[in-house]
Amino acid sequence: MELSSLSLTDAQASLRAKEVSPAELLRALDARIARVDPQIHGYLSRDLDAALACAEKADVSLPLGGLPIAIKDVINVRGEPCTAASKILQGYRANYDATVIRKLRAAGAIPFGRCNLDEFAMGSSTENSAFGHTRNPWDTTRIPGGSSGGSAAVVAADEAFAALGSDTGGSIRQPAALCGIVGLKPTYGRVSRFGLIAFASSLDQIGPFTKTVRDAGLVLNAIAGRDPQDSTSLDEPVPDHTALLGRDLKGLRLGMPREYFIAGLDPQVDAAVRAAVRHYESLGAEIVEVSLPNTEHAVGVYYIIATAEASANLARFDGVRYGHRAADATGLLDHYGRTREEGFGPEVKRRIILGTYVLSSGYYDAFYLRAQKVRTLIRRDFSAAFEKVDAIICPTSPEVAFKAGDRSDDPLKMYLADIFTIATNLAGIPGMSIPCGFASVEGRPLPIGLQLLGKPFQEAQLLQIAHAYEQSTDWHKARPTLA
Amino acid sequence: MSAQFDVRYTAQLARLHLSEDEIVKFQAQLSQILTYVEKLEQVDVTGIEPTAHANAVFNVFREDAPRDWFTAEDALANAPRSANQLFIVPKVIE
Repeated sequence: MELSSLSLTDAQASLRAKEVSPAELLRALDARIARVDPQIHGYLSRDLDAALACAEKADVSLPLGGLPIAIKDVINVRGEPCTAASKILQGYRANYDATVIRKLRAAGAIPFGRCNLDEFAMGSSTENSAFGHTRNPWDTTRIPGGSSGGSAAVVAADEAFAALGSDTGGSIRQPAALCGIVGLKPTYGRVSRFGLIAFASSLDQIGPFTKTVRDAGLVLNAIAGRDPQDSTSLDEPVPDHTALLGRDLKGLRLGMPREYFIAGLDPQVDAAVRAAVRHYESLGAEIVEVSLPNTEHAVGVYYIIATAEASANLARFDGVRYGHRAADATGLLDHYGRTREEGFGPEVKRRIILGTYVLSSGYYDAFYLRAQKVRTLIRRDFSAAFEKVDAIICPTSPEVAFKAGDRSDDPLKMYLADIFTIATNLAGIPGMSIPCGFASVEGRPLPIGLQLLGKPFQEAQLLQIAHAYEQSTDWHKARPTLA
Repeated sequence: MSAQFDVRYTAQLARLHLSEDEIVKFQAQLSQILTYVEKLEQVDVTGIEPTAHANAVFNVFREDAPRDWFTAEDALANAPRSANQLFIVPKVIE
């Protein structure tokens, strides 16, 4: 077995047993990346020397001591690029650590490698990167999902033991599902966003991609908690997220939302998720049908609120303090207009314009304020459901990975790929995706994700529920075959 | 409402120059998206308070105390143009 194919937990055991050193782990990953990443393009850059310098000082007794973790290229790591996969940040070098990086370092982890994404985390396929598409390790003609497609693909392809991503409308869970790994979006306020390049500030959360459920708990333990530098991070106690793993599910109630089992759902996804529901019943959980009646409005609400916030957040890219600057501007408006024209890609431009429009004079009440009110209804749907059940069980994505290029010119169709993940962010609740089977498409297996949604700050219970399924099935052990 | 949507004017508000091709393309694509989101008009939101943040917290204060943070060199390290410890900006006042 190659070192690079270890889970985070097993890599940690090897380090602590002194079977392998942190530097050897890094070199094994680096060799794996050199061999398979030309097919995947999950990484935009990596700095082995900087990581090896950290490895020399690593204390393997720490919670994540000596373990390399790949980082979505939208989270600042001191001394490294942070491009957001955008030309407007080409050449930028971070001179501070995001809070999640500071916390990972304090737990002994080593940030290693910058993962590709849709530009500014806007997209569902990682085709919007200004620096080339990432490909799905299960079928390199297909997309890995997005926007954290690089983070998902490198974990699935054994080019990383774990990775950090960000999730604004499904950007952790959907690529985790399409790449056949575990992805966790924590509760809004659970993890500090200080040092994350902001997309939609009322929705963004940082979370882990891992090969196992336990690994996701280990990473969450390290990054969770209140941070004075992010006023939206909440002062909730941080439990050990691995403490409930292994407990049985007797007495737990899982809700199946009828609005998530709809026409248009891929029949193979539908069958796999229903089989997972029956499996949970056999594990002792009680299955209850619930209703989230405002589900159909979630995509519309999201594309108003997320674009409005993005148009404000991306105003900072003005060609003055960092990033691209247009040459020979004839005046201030020409400077702004051309800097941003040259720096941003098409999807980012579309969203800036949509967001500017819904906030503009005369349209604010009709679009933005109305969307915020419907958001309240969506939150209430979840609150009502969680009075009856402990967690919600549903598909992560209505489909498996689609072919690269299939939707790049149909933004609305692309937006509908997030139909099952978006409401979670609007409600601010935690959600995760775990592998629950494979669809057979053109004779190839393509992963299917099972989505579990929990009550605010109940990630530990969500992980318990996910772990019980994982440990009694074999889906998470399957790996793509790469040359 | 989407009938009145004007990409050219909105792009000016966003300080974003677009090519003629982009204007034509975005006008069509975004009109389609706006028609989709206009379905929200059918939702009864009478008496419903808006949600700005999923877990709203208000008035988060900290001590107004000096602390170590970016030096001028740090702040200017990524500036496309700087001189004498200052950002160089285009002329604003004619």
